Amino acid sequence: MKDYLLKFPDAWQFDVNDVIDNGIKAFSRNHREFFNIIKKGVVFSIHGIKDFLSFIPWWLFILIIVLIGCRVSRKKHVGILYGAMLFFIGSAGLWDHMLQTLSIIIASVVLSVLLGFPIGILLALKKDAERIVRPILDLMQTMPTFVYLIPAVMLFGVGITPALMATTIYAIVPMIRLTSHGIDQVDKEVLEAATAFGSTTLQTLVKVQIPQALPTIMTGVNQTIMMAMSMVVTCAIIGAEGLGMEILVATNRTEMGKALMPGISIVFIAVILDRITQGLVGDRERMPNE
Amino acid sequence: MSKDVIIKVENLCKLYGKNKAEATELMKRGADKDTVYKKTGVTVALWDVSFEVERGKIFVIIGLSGSGKSTLIRCLNLLTKPTSGKIYFEGEDIQKFSKQQILNYRRNKISMVFQNFGLMSHRNVLNNVAYGLEVKNVPRQLRENKAREMIALVGLDGWEEQAISNLSGGMKQRVGLARALASDPDVLLMDEPFSALDPLVRREMQFELLSIQSKLEKTIIFITHDINEAFKLGDTVAIMRDGKIIQIDTPERMSARPADDYVREFIESADKTQILTAKHVMIRPKCLVKPKDMPSQAIREMGANDVSTAYVVDDKMKFLGVITIDDAILARDKNLPMPSLIKTDVYTCHEDTILSEILSIAAKSKYPLAVLDSQGKLKGIISKAAVLSSL
Repeated sequence: MKDYLLKFPDAWQFDVNDVIDNGIKAFSRNHREFFNIIKKGVVFSIHGIKDFLSFIPWWLFILIIVLIGCRVSRKKHVGILYGAMLFFIGSAGLWDHMLQTLSIIIASVVLSVLLGFPIGILLALKKDAERIVRPILDLMQTMPTFVYLIPAVMLFGVGITPALMATTIYAIVPMIRLTSHGIDQVDKEVLEAATAFGSTTLQTLVKVQIPQALPTIMTGVNQTIMMAMSMVVTCAIIGAEGLGMEILVATNRTEMGKALMPGISIVFIAVILDRITQGLVGDRERMPNE
Repeated sequence: MSKDVIIKVENLCKLYGKNKAEATELMKRGADKDTVYKKTGVTVALWDVSFEVERGKIFVIIGLSGSGKSTLIRCLNLLTKPTSGKIYFEGEDIQKFSKQQILNYRRNKISMVFQNFGLMSHRNVLNNVAYGLEVKNVPRQLRENKAREMIALVGLDGWEEQAISNLSGGMKQRVGLARALASDPDVLLMDEPFSALDPLVRREMQFELLSIQSKLEKTIIFITHDINEAFKLGDTVAIMRDGKIIQIDTPERMSARPADDYVREFIESADKTQILTAKHVMIRPKCLVKPKDMPSQAIREMGANDVSTAYVVDDKMKFLGVITIDDAILARDKNLPMPSLIKTDVYTCHEDTILSEILSIAAKSKYPLAVLDSQGKLKGIISKAAVLSSL
């Protein structure tokens, strides 16, 4: 048997590693100014959020969450449970780390919603755009995160900026998908009614499609938050401070005890954020008025 | 007096598919819809439809599903763009309208009522009714006043702030009707508006529509697959089959001289669908007692429900008879057992009994009729008034 039938021939293998690396490096060098501006903006906003969260005294923070919890669940003990969870995080000495993690999550969720909502609407309204964007979304969700962490680090250096970028790329997908899906599934007859009564395209969108899709869109926001939460440890790898960093450090030293508390804290935050945003979805569905 | 034609449709065709030219050729040579679809993949939804609608009249289009009637009505407000042919509204070709003219036409001249109501679940009744006025930027106070007026007209006053999900089917369609009337249009398009409603509510709505029509004198183009409804409402009835209109006539002339066998069959089917049975008019008995209940309990039950007779059933809902309040009081005072006082000479009927048969029984019966299923279980009761009013 010929050798090239048994083994993939060397002559047919190609190597683009250097080309890509050099390309990105050159790109980053040539646009240094531009990336610096973005970096400054990101750092400024996330620190702003962090400072704001730190400005709230811990007891007031817990109280606010207890009240919101009671309100959306309509059960007193649920709110108190959320409060207890936060109290646990504080007593584990992780309050400041939690705020750091929260500020990255808040920033990336806000960014995801701001970008994902209009993109989702565009996809629902323009079927051509959907054909192009859908495979990109699949790519964003299935491509292992580390693959785009590397260029993000090359462009922005280590720290919260690439962490925000990576989290947003990963977390924006459900926002886009569910916004688009929500608008797609608006009842055809309701749309016909909107048209038949002389609505312009914009009126139909604002007065009918978006409000009708709102429960699904809110589910998208919820999913986005959950996806962002799941990126916390990954982001620590590229130097984002917070609960993830604690876990990463503990993992490197194989200290189970040190990893457990931040791990539980992440679960608690995820539960609280999930239940509160889901509660908001339920509230919307119950409300008959505009 | 010359006819006051508000809508005129000429040679309207609507084809769905790519190869329209070839399909048109085939249709012109007299091929039928199925052959054309097999040969070209084009669906012929409407073919050479022409008719005139007079102002202030109800024009009913009837046909089975797939006959093109929904496509036709959607062409009239351009929800669907016709492939060829002309539509004139008050003499103007609506297909020549600019975008703005189409908006104005839909906002002021023509409105629509939908089969599944097409209501917006995120808005309450008031804001649904006001929708048409809202999109043409009528100030809030004005549009809400108009909406309240329309809600009162369809008999829903007091329900303004309710969510759509809290309404029954009949009420939802009243909202749909109020919404369509709010912009004070000349023409009302109604696409099988009552098909999703149960028979009694449908009759009520037909009556309601006729009484509103007598006040407002709108032009109504009404689609249905129910020939009874068509004949009851229509000043003129057009019958459609496979995208073509077979006959346009008044109900009287259509039943006297059907154009072909298809029309004849359609008209003959009328009497069959008209049949209402016991289960359509029965109501749930308000007060049920069991033989082992104490008389005092039965009295309380009757008192609480404001009735003088209670229906007695066993544990499996099998009907045993009735007990009157007098007998129950007697049982309590004299300490008699309840079962001995149950009256069994109550008229009953099966749930599938036809209404005209019930009439004779109901006339004889002292108490509301008990409606039973095949196992003798109590399904409901029918009062004399219910039978008489539904006929």
